Amino acid sequence: MSKLLKGSAPTDSEVILGILNNSEVVLERLYVAYFPMVLQLIINNNGSTDDAKDIYQEAIIVLYNKVKSGDFELSSKLKTFIYSVCRRLWLKRLNQMSRFDGDIKDFQDHLPVEDEVEKQTDRDLQFTKMESALALLGEPCKTIIEDFYMHDRSMQDICERFGYTNADNAKTQKYKCLQRLKKLFFQHN
Amino acid sequence: MNDRQLHDEIERYLSGEMSREERLAFDALRKDNAEIGRQVNEHRQFIGLLKQYNERRELEQRLNAIHQEIDVHALKEELTIQPSWIVTLWRNHHSKISVAASIAIFAMLATLFFTGYFNGHDSNYTQLRMQLENYKRSTDKLNKSTDALLHDIKAGKRVIEPAKFGGTGFALTSNGYVVTNYHVVNGADSVYVQDAAGESFHARVVYTEPQYDVALLRIDDSTFKSQATLPYTLKRAESDLGEDVYTIGYPRNDVVYGKGYLSSSTGFHDDTTAYQVSIPVNPGNSGAPLLDAKGNIIGIISGKQSLMEGAAFAVKSEYLLKTIKNMPTDSVNKKIVLNTKNTLASLSRAQQIKKVQNYVYQIKVYSH
Repeated sequence: MSKLLKGSAPTDSEVILGILNNSEVVLERLYVAYFPMVLQLIINNNGSTDDAKDIYQEAIIVLYNKVKSGDFELSSKLKTFIYSVCRRLWLKRLNQMSRFDGDIKDFQDHLPVEDEVEKQTDRDLQFTKMESALALLGEPCKTIIEDFYMHDRSMQDICERFGYTNADNAKTQKYKCLQRLKKLFFQHN
Repeated sequence: MNDRQLHDEIERYLSGEMSREERLAFDALRKDNAEIGRQVNEHRQFIGLLKQYNERRELEQRLNAIHQEIDVHALKEELTIQPSWIVTLWRNHHSKISVAASIAIFAMLATLFFTGYFNGHDSNYTQLRMQLENYKRSTDKLNKSTDALLHDIKAGKRVIEPAKFGGTGFALTSNGYVVTNYHVVNGADSVYVQDAAGESFHARVVYTEPQYDVALLRIDDSTFKSQATLPYTLKRAESDLGEDVYTIGYPRNDVVYGKGYLSSSTGFHDDTTAYQVSIPVNPGNSGAPLLDAKGNIIGIISGKQSLMEGAAFAVKSEYLLKTIKNMPTDSVNKKIVLNTKNTLASLSRAQQIKKVQNYVYQIKVYSH
């Protein structure tokens, strides 16, 4: 039933080292290697190619975070791990859309990965909240916050960019912005 | 210390900008003041979340960039499990197929309903009998329609050309005995026979055998002259299945030849007095002679089954002979002397017909 998937997959240890070293090449090889497998799973279980993209990227992020946080042990093949995460995520999505008919066509072996997926889902929720808080924040606060806290720019840079007469004014502005962002973020709870 | 100052301190503390002394002092402050400790943790987590959020966005962008490079469409084609063509056909066209099937089923049921299929198989039988009755009735109707002409006949005029006719008959002897079906002359007030030349003669029914559907007529017209010796004979033995037969009759105003074969040794509803013959016949053929290849008369065409292909019936010559034997002879009726010499056997079919048709009559029946 399952067709042979083409492409030279990087070895599992290559992937882990590559993620730890932020290697763009390894990430790309990883992505390209296992996408067909996931596409096959999704499109043959009532999904579209866009669904496959979403699910696969989420699984890669799960793997990425797991490796980055240092608690990834090579207890199974990476391929199996990715497949299992995607499978779990897709079942969840199908259930949410009430499109799950109780039967899923499998193409690979899979593991129980509920914990990973739950952790990921919680984090996703936080990010979604942050995204909407930032969107509500408005300019120039949004850019100041992004520049300072996310892109690690110095206060001096920000000062020049926004034309503040001195760093203190900029700092005051940044403080106000952060307070507002916190307020917006926690409001959503 | 106001909120703003505290915030600045926390940021300096977390980013490691404080000197060693300041750090120790702030650590002490954190321990003493639980509220400050909480705020430090909260700030750290919040800033952490911001950074992770940024990392996530960047990672997603990188993944999207990689995704752009993949030919998803081609992969999709390759990886989709194609259901068999019949399943695909059904999925794509099931509504159309359903509608077509419904219409087909409805049309079929409607056809069966209107053709009386649901009335049970007995209908075949009744319809068949109806058909034969209709056939007889139409003969009766023909008879009635000619009522108007009776007046003329009584007035002594010769009626040469009635538009309709009842059946066919053929000469039994050269001196004016003619045989036809009983049902042709049944209920007749007067009977005329018309020969191939178009001459009409008055005839009298001299004897009938309704159970064999045979009637014997005698031409009693003064203008009738005895004919030459009959070219055919009556076959005494029973004929065999598959035998090549033909008939000459008057389904219309002119003589019509029909050719066929003997298909069964019994007639309608296993009637042993008749043959089943596969031959084209029509109303008006009743009473026509059925001849075999040698020109022997083997029967008298009497009817057909409309719902069965090529099923006509003919009274066997054997029963015609019986009827002749049963006829009482008296002073009025001359004895029937049958011809015993067949002069047709060696002739071609066309020549046979040419000879026989002079002895085949159109029977016209008048009644009230």
